[in-house]
Amino acid sequence: MFGLLPDSFAAGWSSPLPALLAFSTAPMAHLRPLDIAVIVIYFAMVIWIGFYLKGRSNTSEEFFMAGREMTAWIAGLSFVSANLGSLELMGWAGSAYQYGILATHWYWIGAIPAMVFLGLVMMPFYYVSKTHSVPGYLKLRFGEHARILAAVSFAAEMILMSGVNMFAMAVVMKVVLGWDILFSILISAAAVAIYVTLGGLRSAIFNEVMQFVLIWGGAMLVPILGLIQAGSVSGLKRQIIANMHTDSYFHMWRDTGHFASNPMGVHWTGIVLGLGFVISFGYWTTDFLVVQRVLAAHNLRAARMAPIIGSYFKMAVPFIVILPGLLGLVLLQNPDGSRRVLVGEDVVKSCVVNDAGAVADAAACTTAMNTKSTLPADYQQKVLTGAPGTELHSYNEALPLMMVRYMGPGLLGLGITALIAGFMSGMAGNVSAFSTVWTYDIYKPLIKKNGSDSHYVLVGRWSIFLGVIVSIGAGYLVQHAHGIMDYVQALFSFFIAPLLAAILMGMFWKRATAPAGFLGLLVGILSSVGMFVWVKMNPAGLATIALSPDAKPMAENLYRAWWAFCIAAIVIFLVSLVTKPKPVAELDGLCYSCTVLPKEEPVPFYKNVWLWALLAVCIFAALNILFW
Amino acid sequence: MHGSGIPIWFFIGVLLVVYGCMIFGYGIFELMTGSYPPLVELTNLHTPIWWGGLLALLGIFYVVKFRPGQAR
Repeated sequence: MFGLLPDSFAAGWSSPLPALLAFSTAPMAHLRPLDIAVIVIYFAMVIWIGFYLKGRSNTSEEFFMAGREMTAWIAGLSFVSANLGSLELMGWAGSAYQYGILATHWYWIGAIPAMVFLGLVMMPFYYVSKTHSVPGYLKLRFGEHARILAAVSFAAEMILMSGVNMFAMAVVMKVVLGWDILFSILISAAAVAIYVTLGGLRSAIFNEVMQFVLIWGGAMLVPILGLIQAGSVSGLKRQIIANMHTDSYFHMWRDTGHFASNPMGVHWTGIVLGLGFVISFGYWTTDFLVVQRVLAAHNLRAARMAPIIGSYFKMAVPFIVILPGLLGLVLLQNPDGSRRVLVGEDVVKSCVVNDAGAVADAAACTTAMNTKSTLPADYQQKVLTGAPGTELHSYNEALPLMMVRYMGPGLLGLGITALIAGFMSGMAGNVSAFSTVWTYDIYKPLIKKNGSDSHYVLVGRWSIFLGVIVSIGAGYLVQHAHGIMDYVQALFSFFIAPLLAAILMGMFWKRATAPAGFLGLLVGILSSVGMFVWVKMNPAGLATIALSPDAKPMAENLYRAWWAFCIAAIVIFLVSLVTKPKPVAELDGLCYSCTVLPKEEPVPFYKNVWLWALLAVCIFAALNILFW
Repeated sequence: MHGSGIPIWFFIGVLLVVYGCMIFGYGIFELMTGSYPPLVELTNLHTPIWWGGLLALLGIFYVVKFRPGQAR
């Protein structure tokens, strides 16, 4: 999930977490008994679901694959929900505040084509091969080495992200509600450990679907009430143009002809090739966290339909994420009634207040406010003197601030529950995917090959429990070694592009060989790490990787993914030419041209997966033209 | 996800009914007493009443449609 987070989270959380902690002198909101009741009921429900499902998670197929009996709707909602964590909700709302609807690219071109491709083209292979995991497919296609490399890196990534997710949730609860960090971590970790350990993937999916409904129920009020107050979309546009003196906040493509013409510092080629192709296809079609949800579908038709259903909901998510960010630009106010200007996390960090209530380092704060924010001069002065009600809020707090603005008792509890549900669901997704990969792709081939089915279920349950414990440790590691955040989040981008190259070439080129798959994966990962380290040590390298001196860090992420994909694909191609391919007979179910896909039962036209895929693509195209 | 167990939609329905009734009830209390939370905007729209009502109605629909034992 972190690979799809905005740079304010994904590339810059080495400092923001402690900055938030340091700055949170007063919480944004106080919960009333009704809010607390809403939250307690949610916790009681998820734990009860875990106990209820325990009796239906006894075999490995039930525990790791949810019995492969999910309907297309449940698999599809879970598929989208696994990516709809609270960090993402808040991060992209903050990005919309900063960049306007450019941020919507991560929901539309960064998801929809890949989801449709997964449903129409790739799902049959995953489903027919009956693999338990994406590393499992690599083993069948490229051999044990490729599987182990992918499995170990994926398992480490899941645990670290789970810890980061947990710690980030605790920090948000601290900032928004003033809750103790340890309290938040222990309660949420215990709840996740209980319901996933008991009910396995089925329990995780159940809760993800429930979380999806809660997120909409809790977050949809913000754009509705915001639009009423702003005077509809036309009123919002008018006020943003008046405040920001530009209409670029409403254009997704128009200003991407050059890196310098848009605030993200990206070019449309990077958006199309890096985001729309490599990152998006890599995440939505090869990241086991999301693919696992679709593999749990009860038949091939449901498995193909699930991502298509998910694509419709994904297209709608900007309504509850991007729109609140835009509304925040014109509606958020300071206590004195002036427009509230949000700032970057680095500015918040520079303006931490001391015990006396004044800014600790006035010189650093002044420099940061002058160079990195649009705060008015008189307001800057108030911040420096620590005047009451002048605390700074970061872009990432746009969504919680909007929630507090419109939600009274009960509704605020629902909104906070939606955020908590998002965090817990993200963590549950991480640990359930970790458990499957650990058990099937690491423990079984490397430690105990011939265990009984019940033994592997037990290993799966323990791995979830231990995974949560290690996640807590990882969360605290992040808290005390802040620089590690950059590397944890970059981890995602290191693997996803080479993995996509390996899987696409494995599926669509029967000549691709096992040594080529492994080497392509390895060289692709190393090249991605190399580019990342190069830019870290020499920031000027960014201009080379992104092909422009005007490129900003977001552009580096996009182009690094593209180059890593190209390098991995070239290595696989070249090595395949000089190594011996597998006989065609062994590629049945693994390679497109060697597989006879099962005929699907005839269905009425309105249940045809191609029809719904075509409609999704048409809506996607129309939205891009509408917001061009 | 139906099988022999309780469908997820039933759980969701129950949760929405409970939340909807709680929020709707608070909205009625607000309206009757005229005590609105300070610093919250647009209280004149009585959001808890209609939003709570909508959640409850949606929840009732799911509870009835997906109640355990109901043939689908």
